[in-house]
Amino acid sequence: MTSVPPDPSWRIGRRAPNVHAYDAVTGRTRFTDDLSFPGMLHARLVRSPHAHARIVAIDAREALALPGVHAVITGRDMPVRYGIIPWTQDEYPLAVDKALFVGDPVACVAAVDEATAARAAALVRVTWEVLPHVLDPADALAPGAPQLHEETKHGNVTKSVQLSFGDVDAALAASDVVVEGEYFFGGSTHAAIEPHCAIGLWEPQGLLTVISCTQVAHYLHRELSRVLGLPHSRIRVIQPPIGGAFGGKSEPLDLEFCVAKLAMLTGRPVKLLYTREEVFYAHRGRHPMQMRFRVGATKDGRLTGCDAKTLIDGGAYASFGLVTTYYSGQLVTAPLRLAAYRLDSTRVYTNKPACGPKRGHGSVQPRFAFEVTVDRLAEQLRIDPIDLRRRNVLEAGERTINEFLIKSIGFRECLDRVEAASGWKEKFGKLPFGRGVGVAGSFYISGTNYPIYPNPMPQSAVQIKVDRSGRVTVFSGASEMGQGVDSMLAMVACEELGVELESVRVVSGDTDLTPVDLGGYSSRTTMMAGNACLYAARDIAARIREIVAREWGCPPKQVVLAGGFATDREDTSRRLEIGEAFQLAEGKIGTLGAVGHYNTPKDVHGEYRGGTIGASPAYSFTAHVAEVVVDPDTGMVNVESIWVAHDAGKPLNPMIVEGQMEGSAYMGFAEAILEEHIFHDDGLHRGPSLLEYRLPTSLDTPELRSLLVHTADPEGPYGAKEAGEGPLHPSIPAIANAIHDAVGVRIDSLPFSAAKILRAMRGPRGTAPPGR
Amino acid sequence: MTEAVRALVPISLTVNGDRVRRAVEPQTTLVELLRYQLGLTGTKQGCDKGDCGACTVLADGRPVLSCVMLAVDADGLTIETVESLAHGPTLDPLQEAFVEHGATQCGFCTPGMLMTAKALLRDTPTPTREEVKVALSGNLCRCTGYTKILDAVEAAARVPCRGDSKAP
Repeated sequence: MTSVPPDPSWRIGRRAPNVHAYDAVTGRTRFTDDLSFPGMLHARLVRSPHAHARIVAIDAREALALPGVHAVITGRDMPVRYGIIPWTQDEYPLAVDKALFVGDPVACVAAVDEATAARAAALVRVTWEVLPHVLDPADALAPGAPQLHEETKHGNVTKSVQLSFGDVDAALAASDVVVEGEYFFGGSTHAAIEPHCAIGLWEPQGLLTVISCTQVAHYLHRELSRVLGLPHSRIRVIQPPIGGAFGGKSEPLDLEFCVAKLAMLTGRPVKLLYTREEVFYAHRGRHPMQMRFRVGATKDGRLTGCDAKTLIDGGAYASFGLVTTYYSGQLVTAPLRLAAYRLDSTRVYTNKPACGPKRGHGSVQPRFAFEVTVDRLAEQLRIDPIDLRRRNVLEAGERTINEFLIKSIGFRECLDRVEAASGWKEKFGKLPFGRGVGVAGSFYISGTNYPIYPNPMPQSAVQIKVDRSGRVTVFSGASEMGQGVDSMLAMVACEELGVELESVRVVSGDTDLTPVDLGGYSSRTTMMAGNACLYAARDIAARIREIVAREWGCPPKQVVLAGGFATDREDTSRRLEIGEAFQLAEGKIGTLGAVGHYNTPKDVHGEYRGGTIGASPAYSFTAHVAEVVVDPDTGMVNVESIWVAHDAGKPLNPMIVEGQMEGSAYMGFAEAILEEHIFHDDGLHRGPSLLEYRLPTSLDTPELRSLLVHTADPEGPYGAKEAGEGPLHPSIPAIANAIHDAVGVRIDSLPFSAAKILRAMRGPRGTAPPGR
Repeated sequence: MTEAVRALVPISLTVNGDRVRRAVEPQTTLVELLRYQLGLTGTKQGCDKGDCGACTVLADGRPVLSCVMLAVDADGLTIETVESLAHGPTLDPLQEAFVEHGATQCGFCTPGMLMTAKALLRDTPTPTREEVKVALSGNLCRCTGYTKILDAVEAAARVPCRGDSKAP
């Protein structure tokens, strides 16, 4: 584009360290629990020991009498329902009438230190009327089942969605092959290594500050205002760096309301840090789903129709469940073209910790079911499963059967890359018995097209301040939680303003200091905050170029800001250090600042009810090949390698994108093989610790090989799309399909435990195929 | 808990080269002493029961889980935390490698990872990838899938004079 190609080492798309990495390696990152304030009190929650029980009375006198205890609050102190989805607000910060799961909080104590608060919490006497409880979603639908929420119209149903596109029955009837499968995806949880923590601060003039490791400072801001009855303008939410989240910190939770209320009551700072056990009960993780998928194809491997029916176990509260219910059906319609599709998804309340969004919200489970069903089709059709997928890939510019517009798609190349890198052609169906490879693909949204509550305002905004010192400051409400959003913003600012990465400071996650951003969820940040930053930076860069051009007497387009200089592209010997260019501009037009915002295009989805959920400005695509070794004597699976090819559009920082791909593949592997979020009959969690829940260690984790596939998305900043959630989806079905290639059995429920595999191998249908 | 149990116990230890004298409650853990009494918040607490490794520090050169070690048991020991890893303004090669290789994402496990890796490289200057995996298997990371952490430790092992001396 220019006769002065800037040094590529300066350009967007280069590998660059995370801007927070130096803080991380020196221990200087200040997470929420690393903060303390003079006179700070510590809070502990009192939680229900019953899965379903009415609160008859709460007596806090003994707790309050304990020296060092400053306050005890109960549900009656904040009797306002809230919830992340405006139409399904069904929880209180502390239960008011009933506890709906073991661990549901009913009271909160503030004391001088954690130990005193814990002792006082044990002294809060709750009189319970224990009610019958229900843990299984099918039981919860049965007539006479205990009803969790008395106000709901449809028994224990949170949401039920039926959508149909084309004539599925006719399509399946006309198919040469139809495969039907029943699948079960057990729940899983996020298990970020940082436990949730929040601090409440109250200033006597009526200003509340809540510091929290939330992914959604803006939604927390709104809900604090509603529940506490304070105007938005009197509330500040600060989100320090987050020690991992993965969706587990993406809605307001009890602790944030409690520290706020307790700070307001006591006038002192109040901190609440969950124990690890409490993190498991706070949950909001992946929904267990019971899925029946029927998929048809013609002899030549063209997919005809897909019929999906899904029962979703929601746990005690709605959380994001309305959206989850749609996602469980809406996000299987690419990258493979379906001629007809029907979905029937129902989410049900049960007396367990509420499920919510975990990385790949709502769509990881059906992706497992769909990709395994496609693998079975390939087997029946005697077509290589990569080839079968290739025959059905959507094209750029095409709409999915449920009318989502695909503007860019690199899925074909994803398949090519994993096929070549894994040595697929030499391995599939050819490895010795016990060793196998499997493939799967997926797509994912780069942000949701619409905010959680309807409003016409921007989804993301950025302010940029350009300083005469040569420094650029980016103010962003986006939530940094390790995924690299601050680095992304800094790199965008560098690219447009020509400064060094070290000259950019990103101020983020503070509702008083930064413009709004709806939060770190649905893989929206690069698309939305990235574009907002791009627009702001281009605005200010244009003004600076114009001033420099006027000084040089040339057209503004002749001035390039890159590599630390403003340079005349026609005469590269004429240049100014970038700081001098900033000073020149400031001298001519005054203080330099700009704003940018992003809102989504509205023509990317259908007009039917629910057509907006799953709609996104851009979609990422992923293919995985997994290679496994199954010990035929024990059934133990060792996942040796996962090749991950991901179309993230243009990767703005390949090192960070790879990190997202590897972390995603790891997390999918973990769900496939090790992790179980399961409960005893009385509603008690079976293993609420990282050891028992079984997080993978460095020894368990496969070798993860990232393969970046470039496309240029017309909507994303510089063509970029998401990378944080899409690459998780294919891990699980790729491993399932590899197990089949290795030992000839299909394991249709998660996790793929040794016992299940052994049982399948010894069963009548699991007889190992001869000759392998 | 009775008041008698809470009687304070005097301890004396070396933390990051500094002599530290404190009187602690007997149930105080080393991580609590470091974080909440000495203000060394670089050491993180992820589970408080020895599962995650985020609280790993070196005690007389050996990696220990400071959440399951009582402060009174650290009496007389030399403790190193992540805050001591850099040599003045110069980062340890391990720290540089973690930055350069993208081994940090959220950064919460990073201090514990670094301390475990530091002990490994002191004992085994050129470990195999498998040895690195074994050494780090007590430190959980939820973000990276470990790949870039392993890459970083291997890269740091390739740096000559790994920062334990001032030699160039």
